[in-house]
Amino acid sequence: MNNVSENAVPHGEPVLSLRGISKHFGAVSALSEIAFDVHAGEVVALVGDNGAGKSTLVKILAGVHQPSAGEIFFAGKPVRLADPSTAIDLGIATVFQDLALCENLDVVANIFLGREQGPWHLDEVSMEIRAWTLLNELSARIPSVREPIASLSGGQRQTVAIARSLLLDPKLIMLDEPTAALGVAQTAEVLDLIERVRARGLGVLMISHNMEDVRAVADRIVVLRLGRNNGILAPDASNEELVSAITGASENSVTRRAGRRAQLERSSEARP
Amino acid sequence: MSQPQDGVSDTPLLDPPLLDRADVRVKHATGIGGALEAFVTRVRSGDLGFLPVIIGLLIICTVFQILNPVFLSSSNLANLLFDSSTIGVISLGIVCVLMVAQIDLSVGSVSGFASALVGTLWVNQGWPVPLAILAALVIGALIGAAYAFLFNWLGMPSFVSTLSGLLAFLGLQLYILRSTGSINLPFGSPLVSFGQLLTVPGWLAYALVALAAVGVFLTNYRTEQRRKASGLSTQPMAAIATKALAIFIGLGFIVFYLNKTRGVPWIFGLFVGLVVAMNYALKQTKWGRSLTAVGGNPEAARRSGINVRRIYMSAFMICSTLAALGGVLAAARLASASQQAGTGDVNLNAIAAAVIGGTSLFGGRGSAYSALLGIIVIEAISSGLTLLDLSSSLRYMITGAVLAIAVIVDSLSRRSRMANGRA
Ligand SMILES: Nc1ncnc2c1ncn2[C@@H]1O[C@H](COP(=O)(O)OP(=O)(O)O)[C@@H](O)[C@H]1O
Ligand SMILES: [Mg+2]
Repeated sequence: MNNVSENAVPHGEPVLSLRGISKHFGAVSALSEIAFDVHAGEVVALVGDNGAGKSTLVKILAGVHQPSAGEIFFAGKPVRLADPSTAIDLGIATVFQDLALCENLDVVANIFLGREQGPWHLDEVSMEIRAWTLLNELSARIPSVREPIASLSGGQRQTVAIARSLLLDPKLIMLDEPTAALGVAQTAEVLDLIERVRARGLGVLMISHNMEDVRAVADRIVVLRLGRNNGILAPDASNEELVSAITGASENSVTRRAGRRAQLERSSEARP
Repeated sequence: MSQPQDGVSDTPLLDPPLLDRADVRVKHATGIGGALEAFVTRVRSGDLGFLPVIIGLLIICTVFQILNPVFLSSSNLANLLFDSSTIGVISLGIVCVLMVAQIDLSVGSVSGFASALVGTLWVNQGWPVPLAILAALVIGALIGAAYAFLFNWLGMPSFVSTLSGLLAFLGLQLYILRSTGSINLPFGSPLVSFGQLLTVPGWLAYALVALAAVGVFLTNYRTEQRRKASGLSTQPMAAIATKALAIFIGLGFIVFYLNKTRGVPWIFGLFVGLVVAMNYALKQTKWGRSLTAVGGNPEAARRSGINVRRIYMSAFMICSTLAALGGVLAAARLASASQQAGTGDVNLNAIAAAVIGGTSLFGGRGSAYSALLGIIVIEAISSGLTLLDLSSSLRYMITGAVLAIAVIVDSLSRRSRMANGRA
């Protein structure tokens, strides 16, 4: 998995560029004038409070929603992501926040949904082997790939959704809160996976509320606030900077708590 | 991965665990006893498959056989199969729309309209029969396309669009037949003979049974060989052989029994052929997989790049094409295209058969075989009551009760599947 895949965009070139992306749902402006780039071999974290518009942006890039305005460049060329299959064919893989799995189908069928091997005679054996290979790469603990998705736990489902995104050797992977339902070990596996994917020269767009995870793997942090760009930070930015970018205020409950803790630590250090 | 090794390679070289059997928490069935145990577990968790309909059929046959020994006679069964085929074909289309959690309430009217078309074009206008049938099927397909258009682009629920179709095509049928009331199809014509008389020659029926058994054995055997070669778990050879043998003996006995009098009707052969083809399409093709996905979660299917509208289009078109074909077969069976064709209980029997056979009303779960088993249940009830000289009032009541039971079984097993994580 460590060799650079041949269809990857050259290292350091932008895989994805957004310019002035806006999205309105009726009177609600979920996104306004979003602009940023994701380069090949780079992990960009997208952070923001609930309702900031992160999932909406991911859905636009997955071809699920159409932007109301703005331009998307993929591998340097302007593209119109009219539907999910256009995005998939371009090489954009997505792990949706709600996973978008079919509960009535088994694990193999879900991983290969829409991309089955052997359209006129499904090649179940090859698909099952490939499914196990992908799941083993993720160190997934899935008891059987022939059980319906409904029989799996939340974390197992998330792993299946991630495995599915890796199937087609994409150029850009978007993960919308991929570790939200995962345990400690599985979260570490997913973060490792993200680093391996980056090493292969793919672009990664990751959404997470866990700042530790974000700092651990991200090369840049794009902050959304109320549907707008609110700064692009380096992963070594201070917690205060990050929190104030996310919440839009330098003085708030999070910084107050952090401040209190820092004060306590200082006073305990001063007392030995 | 945290270790430098590559996931799989850290397993010992001696007797490596099979790819799909690495998880120690899962109890895996081994041997025939294990397979049986797995079946019981599956049923208990609400995955009933064909069990309810087969039990129901056994009960119905036992009761009617006790009440009237003619019921299970060879010639009565042959008759039953003649009768099952027409609505069975319609029901097969219903399975398709139920799979995507839609409904077509107009199949009866469409079948009646198609039979009127064939009657007029063939008998009155002098078209060649194949051309008249083709025209009816094409019109059936167009009707389905219209429903799909209304559903996909105007968001009209299929319940409503097909209800208006029910009325509209009944009207068209009455209009076409307004001058004559009904058109008699010539006796002795191949179409009418096909609907009323023709049966598969004995040797051919046995040959087809043998072919089915050998086919099942070989496809299973080849799959197991491939699974073994790639380190996946396999079924024991004995299980495959037993399955093939059971098919050979079971179907062989049915053929033998029917051959004692009339034999296997060709029209039923056509129906079974369509069922097998549909089963293949649903279970073994990308289209069938997409159809099942759309029935389970349309949004997930769309995000996977499936053209959901096209899937709905195909389901509605197949359904009304098969409804038209069922109408043509019904005309052949009755040797007439009448104003009554496709009215009455045709619609409801076609829908009931699919549900009784185990296709879920909730979408995403079903089988082509449910049309076959369900229609045999319905026709068995009808045939049994006719033999007892009981009026159709009782037939409606009993069929209604059986349908209610089937829907209750569907809902309960769905609930149980959810509780057991097999929704
Ligand atoms: N399909 C939709 N219709 C209307 N409003 C929507 C829709 N999807 C999202 N929104 C709105 O867009 C905003 C951003 O939502 P979302 O992208 O899910 O936020 P996040 O993922 O950052 O928590 C919210 O105010 C939400 O109500
Ligand atoms: Mg979200």
